[in-house]
Amino acid sequence: MHPAFSVIFFTVASGAGYGLLALLGIGNALGLVPADRVFGLCSLGLATALITAGLFSSTAHLGHPERAWRALSQWRTSWLSREGVAALAAYVPLAAFGIGWAIFGGVDGLVAIAGLLGAILAFATVYATAMIYRSLKPIHQWHNRFVVPGYLAMALASGAALLNAFVQIWGRPQLAVGVVCAVAIVVALFAKQRYWHFIDTTKSASTPESATGLGAIGKVRLFEAPHTEENYLLKEMGYKIARKHAAKLRAIALNAGFHIPLALTLIATALPGTLAIAASCVAAILLLAGLAVERWLFFAEAKHSVMLYYGAQTA
Amino acid sequence: MTGYAEPAAGAKKLGLVIDLDTCVGCHACAVNCKEWNSGGHSAPMTDLDPYGANADGVWFNRVHTFEAGESPESRTVHFPKSCLHCEKPACVEVCPTGASYKRAEDGIVLVNADTCIGCKLCSWACPYGAREFDADEGVMKKCTLCIDRIYNENLAAEERVPACVSTCPASARHFGDLGDPQSEVSKLVEARGGYALMPEMGYAPVNRYLPPRAAKKTVGCTGAEAELAKPAETAGLHPLLRWMDKVLSR
Ligand code: SF4
Ligand code: SF4
Repeated sequence: MHPAFSVIFFTVASGAGYGLLALLGIGNALGLVPADRVFGLCSLGLATALITAGLFSSTAHLGHPERAWRALSQWRTSWLSREGVAALAAYVPLAAFGIGWAIFGGVDGLVAIAGLLGAILAFATVYATAMIYRSLKPIHQWHNRFVVPGYLAMALASGAALLNAFVQIWGRPQLAVGVVCAVAIVVALFAKQRYWHFIDTTKSASTPESATGLGAIGKVRLFEAPHTEENYLLKEMGYKIARKHAAKLRAIALNAGFHIPLALTLIATALPGTLAIAASCVAAILLLAGLAVERWLFFAEAKHSVMLYYGAQTA
Repeated sequence: MTGYAEPAAGAKKLGLVIDLDTCVGCHACAVNCKEWNSGGHSAPMTDLDPYGANADGVWFNRVHTFEAGESPESRTVHFPKSCLHCEKPACVEVCPTGASYKRAEDGIVLVNADTCIGCKLCSWACPYGAREFDADEGVMKKCTLCIDRIYNENLAAEERVPACVSTCPASARHFGDLGDPQSEVSKLVEARGGYALMPEMGYAPVNRYLPPRAAKKTVGCTGAEAELAKPAETAGLHPLLRWMDKVLSR
């Protein structure tokens, strides 16, 4: 599948924003994050900015962005529609949480409840995003049980890395936040490893034989393509990535997105002041960059069954 | 919830039956489809850079050619493909706007160009590559089963079939109600062992393909063997010696 920059940016940025929002809501309710107003303004401000930039970017690849509101109508059947509804709904508790905290300086009672509601809707939005991919049967590399846990864990890990950097900058390091961050990275890493193992060792049940129904005669191969130039199908669904590049990019994604941020997060818990700030900030930035590579691969390594009609032997 | 009414037993299911035995791969169906639909329900069928080096454009119907099996038993099969008007079209289910829909009255799957936002998700959800995005109009396009022909009272009755069916010089394309077991197309499918593409995907396509008939071992009315005769043992000899061999073997 063609890796569109707008969608990669959207899923990484809004994933981190929702992860941060969820952790702020829960962390606030548990009293684990600083209650001061500037902290609330900056951390929730960043979460809002990431979420909003991501959502705008996701509408950039539409043929008719001005009609985007129509996408809210089919929530009964469409995960894309559900994602849109959940994303918009999340703004309500997010606004209440942010105004209550940053403007009125309150962090308990209704404000805390708004934070928790925000956490629930953040989770729902990321879940819906992941389900868009997971529900597509023609794409074996997406239609599997490792996709949803991966998306959720990576959103949580990136949000946790940002939160950890924030509490470090505020000089209020919390062991609990560092631990949550480390655990989220480990879970995300495990999910991603299982995902890669799955796509490396399995392939779609569909074949050129089942696609054409000519298997009874023998092995099927493309003799002549229907057109000489690339069409929409080949541009959108025929993206191919060389195995050796994929291996290299996986190594980059693993190190930048998981291994190094994990090590830095753990080290930061033992380091004093500025060093801990530096370590946790680098961890957050690297993690986001690593996830962008991971997300690019999520598209580039996905094969669509239509390619079986264009000479692919497997999907 | 599925976003479309699952067809009841006996409901009308309009679709195509494509005979892979007689299709000669002339692409006339694809061309006539383009011609009719350039002014039809989902018009225009935009072409980008049509005379340039990177010609690209929307087509509803594409003719692939495959080779199956190993020589001498192998077959070359021309394979036209368009929307199969599935009974369980996930392309409709995933559409966030409701622009993609399946008509309850005849099962035809259509796109409403006025409400489509061009998110392309439906094209990802179609296993068969039956949807092509019109980058110029910013909306999704697909086969309409010539909805503007089949019910068109301004056309002569025999013209009320999809453009691809009306133009096929080999009569390899048939149109009808596959929900009615007594229809001509249903009987054809029954008689020839018509099948659905990628049944494992679970989309329950309506269109059916008729498999190529078994290869003949003799050629036409001459009764000659279809396989080439083995080269004679004398093939490597000097022409003069070959001529002598022929004369002497009379
Ligand atoms: S062939 Fe593709 S576009 Fe047509 S109904 Fe089936 S899934 Fe939808
Ligand atoms: S591209 Fe149009 S028809 Fe297809 S899913 Fe999106 S809104 Fe629906």
